[in-house]
Amino acid sequence: MAPVDAVIAIEKVSVKAFRLMLLARMLDDKFASLYRMGKIHGGVFLGRGQEALSVASGLSLRPGDLFAPLIRDTAGRLAFGEDLVDAVRTYLGSGLGPMRGRDGNVHRGEPRKGVYAMISHLGAMISVINGGLMAHRFTGKTGSVGLASMGDGATSTGAFHEGLNQAAVERLPLVLVVANNCYAYSTPNDRQFACKTLLARAAGYGVEGVEFDGTDLEESLDKVNGAVQRARAGGGPQLVIANLLRLCGHGEHDDASYVDADLKSSAVGRDCLKVAEDQLRQEGLLTPETLTQWREEAARDIENVVAQVQREPGPDPYQEDWSALATKSLVETQWPS
Amino acid sequence: MVITYLEAIRAAQAAALRDDKRVFIYGQDVGVFGGAFKATKNLAQEFPGRVIDSPISEDAMIGMAVGAAVSGMRPILEVQFADFSTLALNQIVNQAATHYWRTGVPCPITVRLPSGGTSGSGPFHSQSMEALYAHYPGLVVMAPATVQDAYEMLLAAVAIDDPVIYCEHKYLYYHLKADDLFTEPPVPVGKARIARAGRDLSIVTYSAMVHEALAVADELAKEKIEIEVVDLRTVKPLDTDSIVASVSRTGRLLCVGEAFPWGGVTAEVVARVASEGFNLLDAPPMRLNAKDTPVPYHPNLWAAHRPTARSIADAARRLLRM
Repeated sequence: MAPVDAVIAIEKVSVKAFRLMLLARMLDDKFASLYRMGKIHGGVFLGRGQEALSVASGLSLRPGDLFAPLIRDTAGRLAFGEDLVDAVRTYLGSGLGPMRGRDGNVHRGEPRKGVYAMISHLGAMISVINGGLMAHRFTGKTGSVGLASMGDGATSTGAFHEGLNQAAVERLPLVLVVANNCYAYSTPNDRQFACKTLLARAAGYGVEGVEFDGTDLEESLDKVNGAVQRARAGGGPQLVIANLLRLCGHGEHDDASYVDADLKSSAVGRDCLKVAEDQLRQEGLLTPETLTQWREEAARDIENVVAQVQREPGPDPYQEDWSALATKSLVETQWPS
Repeated sequence: MVITYLEAIRAAQAAALRDDKRVFIYGQDVGVFGGAFKATKNLAQEFPGRVIDSPISEDAMIGMAVGAAVSGMRPILEVQFADFSTLALNQIVNQAATHYWRTGVPCPITVRLPSGGTSGSGPFHSQSMEALYAHYPGLVVMAPATVQDAYEMLLAAVAIDDPVIYCEHKYLYYHLKADDLFTEPPVPVGKARIARAGRDLSIVTYSAMVHEALAVADELAKEKIEIEVVDLRTVKPLDTDSIVASVSRTGRLLCVGEAFPWGGVTAEVVARVASEGFNLLDAPPMRLNAKDTPVPYHPNLWAAHRPTARSIADAARRLLRM
């Protein structure tokens, strides 16, 4: 590819990425609004401030890859092809959604489309991605990668260690994307780990690592895509560390009053959506009119889907089969009978 | 031909690997070394690339199996000792067990747990974990007591679309032998087996305790007491119908397990019989379990910690006097 073409390709990706970030931000805002209206049962977890990194993860993957998004990956999920309606159905508990009201909010996925449904236990999805990649290896499916998303807090778990070490031993095409958003719930980095940077961990596992400014869309697209390409080419597991700040609470129940004001006003506290918008404007790829139009389109799409889902039936406890086994002959009679 | 319980487990895995390309084995030292108990002896050589050594990472072992299973494989996991499966508890009970119910995509993994006590093994190489896993929705829990069941139930476990916890008893590995793999008509998974018919008292048990119970039945037969021994085979699902049917024949229930006493399989059996078959009982239902301490190391203490033919016989006699 000639250099000029390459520049155009990157620009196109960044425009697409920006639109997805915008959609994700507005969808998250809608979820927050529905939560405050009491329309959502349980928690709401936003990706505010992490959209650039998340969208880069989703856009770096292609059909046939595996993706284990975490709680702040609205943008990445949409970028990997999640239908808006599935996100809304899961948050609103529609019986028609992929989780059918059995699980909610961010705990959604479609394993057969390569999106694993996260459990809440942090780090636990890494080895699951490894297993999917082992299945690809067994069945001769080459060229696929698996991407697991997590925060700085998850890097302290045993599951993180076991999963990354396992991938390294098997030399699997795992891309482990860590959004170091400075806080795990309320716990700051200095109570979470003692190494100078999480990047230092890559060497310990014998894997490649890269660290960058996760508030910068172009940087995120470039670095995540680079890691995905290296994994795809047989370079083994990749540890990706993106530094940014969570611009919301852990969940919408949390006012995040513990976040250091200096961090908020520092470079790491920049809003990646605004940074991306400025970048696109400077490059002449975005006008105020276009932005307004995209916002209106996103708002209309979201409103239409929410209106549709709000009319859908919730799960019916009388229609629920209340059996957790796929093998129906082994389901115990509900006891006492 | 004489085949041991352990050889049956190895043979079942060989058959699964031979007959189903989706099957692979993953666990610590299971490769060329053949496993801590040699349950995978020569399988790595016979099936290159399909019997894989894992790092000492129980959580990641099960997680990997889940990912492979939901992507179409049929992994068999060997956890070196059942006791170490606590390190994988999260992946078993929260990941594997919830997967089908949450997503509609089955998670067919088989987790082999070398279980139960052997003399000298101490607190961390002796545990019986079946009650812990049976507690969680979404798991099938097997505890085979015979050579034939060890073979047939392991093959069934691999074929089942759900996560199966397969509790194989370490004491039976070498001590239990059969003339052939197939000596009795096959029993479907989920159904108990009447290991010995009797009319005076039902001993409901599973795994190695089946053999202790059969020894008691032999001994009490000399006193013209007929003990019925019910081998549960799977503890989840629990074959309540067969248990209640046995109690309806004998009027007396003694439920025996090697696991710790609080809650557990024996408590579940007694609760169900008391609730579903109270009118069938001629005496209070009785349980006999290990003591409520960690499993001791010294043979003197170990032999007194878990039920034995002697303590089961004492309990049976007490129950018959009621």
